[in-house]
Amino acid sequence: MGMTVAEKILARNGGLKKVSPGDVVTVEVAAVILIDNNFQANVRVDILKMRDPSRVIVAFDHRVPAGNQQSAAAHVAGRELVKKFGIKRFHDVGPNQGIAHQLIADHGYALPGTVLLCSDSHTCSAGVFNCVARGVGGPDVVYAAIKGETWFRVGETIRYNIEGKLATAVTMKDVFLDMAGRYGDHATLNVEFGGSGVAGLSMDARKTLTTMAAEISAEFATFEPDDVMLDWVRKRNPTPFEAVYPDKDANYKEVRKLNLSAVAPMVALPDSIIGNVRPVADAVGTTINQAFVGSCANGTLEDLTLVAKVLEGHKVSPNVRFLVTPGSNNIYREALRTGIIQKLADAGAMVTPSTCGACGGGHMGVVGPGETCITATTRNFKGRMGDPTARIFMGSPATIAASAITGVITDPREFIK
Amino acid sequence: MKYTARVWKFGDNINTDLILPILAFYLTPQEQTKFVFKANRPGWVELVQPGDIIVGGNNFGTGSSRPAARSLKNLGLGCMVANSINGLFFRNCVNFAFPAMECPGVFDGFNEGDVAEIDFDAATVKNTTQNKTLPGIALPPKLLELLKAGGIYPLLEKEGSIAPRK
Ligand code: SF4
Repeated sequence: MGMTVAEKILARNGGLKKVSPGDVVTVEVAAVILIDNNFQANVRVDILKMRDPSRVIVAFDHRVPAGNQQSAAAHVAGRELVKKFGIKRFHDVGPNQGIAHQLIADHGYALPGTVLLCSDSHTCSAGVFNCVARGVGGPDVVYAAIKGETWFRVGETIRYNIEGKLATAVTMKDVFLDMAGRYGDHATLNVEFGGSGVAGLSMDARKTLTTMAAEISAEFATFEPDDVMLDWVRKRNPTPFEAVYPDKDANYKEVRKLNLSAVAPMVALPDSIIGNVRPVADAVGTTINQAFVGSCANGTLEDLTLVAKVLEGHKVSPNVRFLVTPGSNNIYREALRTGIIQKLADAGAMVTPSTCGACGGGHMGVVGPGETCITATTRNFKGRMGDPTARIFMGSPATIAASAITGVITDPREFIK
Repeated sequence: MKYTARVWKFGDNINTDLILPILAFYLTPQEQTKFVFKANRPGWVELVQPGDIIVGGNNFGTGSSRPAARSLKNLGLGCMVANSINGLFFRNCVNFAFPAMECPGVFDGFNEGDVAEIDFDAATVKNTTQNKTLPGIALPPKLLELLKAGGIYPLLEKEGSIAPRK
């Protein structure tokens, strides 16, 4: 039996001919990303040695610019580490700031066929670049920064063949929600994406899918390579790499179809995605206090452009706080250049600096007791965006924008025909 | 490595926001323990006795990478078993030396308050109240060793890769 993309990447970087589900393998890590949260006083450790600082990237993202003294102190500690080891790829507060997973895309930090680590659970995002990428928590990311290696247990893989084309007003967020609703969680399993429908999807759209894979608890979410992806990386990173294709006789636990054409706008009801996905119609009419588009899943230029399109000729409801947070300052500047930010601001949205911000409920745009928010981010657990009595619905950026206009959860097809 | 104590039951998809809520983000590790399960089981932390065991359902510990496993350890719990454990949470369990083992069917094998005897070397879970034993999924030897050694940081300290923690 042949190997899946994830198995081949693990084998290659573990110096093995073959790996199989159940094996525990030690692999070389090509890129390790430390984020500002890793430097908070209650988790920080003082790193004294690093095998290869050129593999390490430092990106401040969760609490940027610092909103309190603790976060400011974390940033100071992070800067000290950068200086001590001469780390070149550093994204401080400023023009190069952004959410780590978005910066990986912006700068081509994830090289196809390699292993990438960060503590953060949405690191699976980088799997869109044909990487084995995973969030591993604080201690493992420290270990990998020091030693340049980590361990993984090899899981079985479910292959998804993407077919068809997205309907108007439908995005990959809806496709993900639909998939999560249909198949539930994928704990201990890898997911692999390929198929004839991939060619029609932008990198931004594909990345929504791999980023959201954290919400189905997948180990790795990898895309099969194609020219669109390979060109994207080559344009941004001169380092040579060798992409990985699945073997023809790869051993999948199951092969499933994702038919893009059949997906309609979906939402997740408050407190979880798993077991909680519905057609948008089931939530339509629910009054909202806050709407948010941003995060490592939906802060791309494509997302912001879609929001501007929905808002065209409309104003944000006076009863709604509509926050839009670009995933990185690259995106922010590009959206300024193309006039998107002007349109968002004119319609009444608040465009914030790029950061995780309201997504994590710990920095800005925090929701209060009893409030209702609809969000195009990654996670809607109880208390995720602030007070645990707040209700958090999740949908696509188009659904969020449409809801921001009307003040109640709204089917985006009312605004984009 | 063996743990014997009464069990507390938690169901499926228990997430790390419930174990370590954002409200506790900036607090010291010890202060953070007061917030464990505050949203879904207020008052529970007051009832926990040192060494108590958690029995969970499917995909225990799903969600963010925050050091939620450390809170369970600092709360004084002895160990946990669940039908299945989220991959990221499991890494944090091992790395922070909070013993955790998967045991399919364990959730239905216990009533809350039953006494469990968990043997990590033999990978067995015994309900001593009901006198039933279930097979657990053995930890890979390397990880069991790491658990016994107190997790990843003591190891890195010993070899001089990180400064001794206070
Ligand atoms: S944007 Fe949200 S999900 Fe993504 S890394 Fe930041 S807090 Fe996590």
